[in-house]
Amino acid sequence: MKAIIAATLIGVLMMFISISVKNKSSIVSAAAILLAVLLGINIWEVVTASQNASGAQTFFNGMLSFDGFSLWFNMLMTGCSLLFVLLLGKEIAKIGNHVGEYFALISFILVGVFLLSGYNNLLILFIGIEILSIPQYILAGSDKRNLKSSEAALKYFLMGSFSTGILLMGIALLYGATGTFDTIGLRMLQTDSLNSMALAGIIFLIVALGFKVSAAPMHMWTPDVYDGSPTPFMAYMSTIGKVAAFVAFLRLFHASFGSLSNHWMLILAIVTAATLLVGNLTAVFQQSVKRMLAYSSIAQAGFMLFAVLSVNAIAWQGIIIYAVAYTVASVGIFAVLVKLKDYTYDGFNGLAQKEPALAFFATICLLSLAGIPLTGGFMAKYFVLMAAVQQGQVMWLVIFALLMAAISAYYYFRVIIAMYFKQGTPELNSEVSKYDKLLLGITCALVILIGTVPQFFLHN
Amino acid sequence: MMLSSLIFIPLLLGIVAFLAKSSAKVMALLGSLTTLVISGYLSAQTAHTPIAFSMPWIPQLGTQFSLLADGMSAMLCLLTAIVMTAVVLANWDNEIERPTSFWGLMLLSQAGITGVFLASDVLLFYFFWELAIIPVYFLCSRWGGERRIAVTFKFFVYTFLGSLMMLAAIIYLAMLNPGADAYSWANITRAGASLSPENQTWLFWLFFGAFAIKMPLFPFHTWQPDTYEQAATPVTIILSALMVKMGLYAVIRWLFPALPDGVAFWSNTVIILSIIGIVYGSFLALSQTDLKRLVAYSSLAHMGLMCAAAFAKTQPGMHGLMVQMFNHGINITGMWLIVQMIENRWGSRDMTKLGGMATGAPHMAIALVILAYANIALPLTNGFVGEFMMFHGIFQSATPYHITFMVIAGLGVILGAAYTLKMVQKTAFGSLAPMVVAKDMSLGESAALAFIIALVIFLGVYPKPLLDLTGSVAQLMFP
Repeated sequence: MKAIIAATLIGVLMMFISISVKNKSSIVSAAAILLAVLLGINIWEVVTASQNASGAQTFFNGMLSFDGFSLWFNMLMTGCSLLFVLLLGKEIAKIGNHVGEYFALISFILVGVFLLSGYNNLLILFIGIEILSIPQYILAGSDKRNLKSSEAALKYFLMGSFSTGILLMGIALLYGATGTFDTIGLRMLQTDSLNSMALAGIIFLIVALGFKVSAAPMHMWTPDVYDGSPTPFMAYMSTIGKVAAFVAFLRLFHASFGSLSNHWMLILAIVTAATLLVGNLTAVFQQSVKRMLAYSSIAQAGFMLFAVLSVNAIAWQGIIIYAVAYTVASVGIFAVLVKLKDYTYDGFNGLAQKEPALAFFATICLLSLAGIPLTGGFMAKYFVLMAAVQQGQVMWLVIFALLMAAISAYYYFRVIIAMYFKQGTPELNSEVSKYDKLLLGITCALVILIGTVPQFFLHN
Repeated sequence: MMLSSLIFIPLLLGIVAFLAKSSAKVMALLGSLTTLVISGYLSAQTAHTPIAFSMPWIPQLGTQFSLLADGMSAMLCLLTAIVMTAVVLANWDNEIERPTSFWGLMLLSQAGITGVFLASDVLLFYFFWELAIIPVYFLCSRWGGERRIAVTFKFFVYTFLGSLMMLAAIIYLAMLNPGADAYSWANITRAGASLSPENQTWLFWLFFGAFAIKMPLFPFHTWQPDTYEQAATPVTIILSALMVKMGLYAVIRWLFPALPDGVAFWSNTVIILSIIGIVYGSFLALSQTDLKRLVAYSSLAHMGLMCAAAFAKTQPGMHGLMVQMFNHGINITGMWLIVQMIENRWGSRDMTKLGGMATGAPHMAIALVILAYANIALPLTNGFVGEFMMFHGIFQSATPYHITFMVIAGLGVILGAAYTLKMVQKTAFGSLAPMVVAKDMSLGESAALAFIIALVIFLGVYPKPLLDLTGSVAQLMFP
């Protein structure tokens, strides 16, 4: 709760800073410092929660409840946001004139993340999704002079509004069936009491939440929106924005509808298969690395859907480790991408000769996204697949997902091949400073740490 | 401690070689010599009592960082160290582009391969299995022939797909073991063996697919000739002398105990595929003019025989297979080194353009003839012992077709003599083809080949140390 208040205040403060401070780089530093403070508050909350054994803290008559898991998740997401600002802050400052506002929006997104990790009531779910989404609509269009950016924002907003409508409809139907918004109250839905109204509500929620996490066939907006948005914000939307929606998805379907899993399992399994298929196959045919990453983020969502699909304790650990591993590796690869002028594969040609350190760090992040052992991506995939195997009903889907993972190696390795084995002189936007190298080095160290000792990132 | 040092010494030296920017060659020599000493000592220790090492790794999963060296593991670690030493010595005087990355990656791949041979926790095994392939991917793509990038990519995607299927099977088996030590060899094999025969029959292919691609077994081999041909020769040695052994080793160590019913069900199928591989590989080797492709196909034939011996499931076959794993590694390293020297001196690998080595480089020619005899498995060379025992094993096997299998596999020996002697004839004898660099072996090359040939003859005349080292493992499997 302290973190929610602090993140809101930091957002407001950032807006004032953007009025009073003109120097862009000091705004970036202020944002980094404030996020570090927020991280400190998160850590404080985690520590105090672990000291008193009374269980979850609840607020607003039980509408919000923060247990150890949600506080841990919040801490990790704030940490990832800090990493994001440190790595990409300079690039964010180049997008437009309202730098402070971008950071304000980012801390509002964090408020949404915190709400989604702790909601106990469908109304808070709705508010959380909206707080998470509306700043993203704005960030997508923040490069105002660029038509593609405006198109992305409009597209995202219109499609997002539809999905919000569907979400509300689903909530209303569930309320009609049960008379409650409470996620614990929803547990009264059992197989014998499940009527068509409740079932329709559940399916509407799958559609609405599936839209937010860009699951096929609700993924159509993703490539255009991500491709049109300024690259740093694409990095943020496709990682933290997405995994927060996943935690909301997981929380609802495990806590409230876990006992009904027979009814929605097949639908979600088909959605997962479609997401994996569409994301991976389309990513293969892209010529722009940025667009490839947009499709690969759909493919990665397919893997995260395994955590929603598997109603067991491993799934919760799986989503945490996936969230961190995917976010850190993606932010790392985007930090490399923004350095380049040309986003096509050819733009990466010969990067290893010109900037060996940059190419090396990009390689580690790409290996992680492909799920090679020793990197975080492997552990992430391992945990979610393990959850699915324990669930038992979807062994076919696990094997299918592994086939798709092999395809994903194709497009991630294309970048590595371009960097190391092709000749060319890549044009850089700016010099790679010692500071960049240090931060990318830390990012890669994190990727390796997640892959070798994941227990430090898991909530026990 | 001794076991982990075998993995961590090359790993750390590899990283140091990357960062040091110079004298990477020295690091590589240092790494291979230290591991040679340690694994030699290890082999002396483990002939009768296995050595184990274990510490907790990821408690949430129940995995341990546990290593175990019995006779077979120690033997393969020793082989790895010997091959690396020979490679470093033979390339001591060669100019290699970007030596720091090259030797750094070589050391990293050594760490991965050694880890595969030592891991006794299945997740750790999988980690090393993949850790070995990543440096090799970069080695194959960066150094080698013109088509190397596409060829290596095919190889990588193939093996990666295989590994992922194996991963599915690993997760499946581990989930059968609730509790703290779900991934240990003992628990995984117990969980697998207690599965119903139907489940074992499909799980078998999830595992064996990965191993068959690595070996490679007949229909899974399409990556092999191209990759061997296009990769730089030191890397080809790593692939053909060491990485193919990973597949065989995994079959013996993990597949046989974990899925006995699955193995029983598919044995004949696998033996038939292996025998097709022997005949197919031998005939293709006979018709090659490129030296590297010739050795590549001959390796395919040899692996076929070894795989058939494994699935014959008899004690002499298994014992012979373990001996042959070592000896094949030694022989093929020697063959590749000679091929590399020929290419450096004549500027070509095309047999129609070669000839007269006996006059141009007489020492090299002598080495070639000895290694060729070992490749044919002539008595008194090391190749003979293992091959004889493997045929014995196939003959003894319980399958009703054992005589047919043995006769067809025996064809491989005859054809092997044909293509190996053809190679000797075309390169060593005849009129001297023009040489680009007209000199005999350098000091490093002589040292490497002398080392290899000493082993070839010693183990051919007196194979007892090798037989003793692996005997207890074979006896445990098939009493």
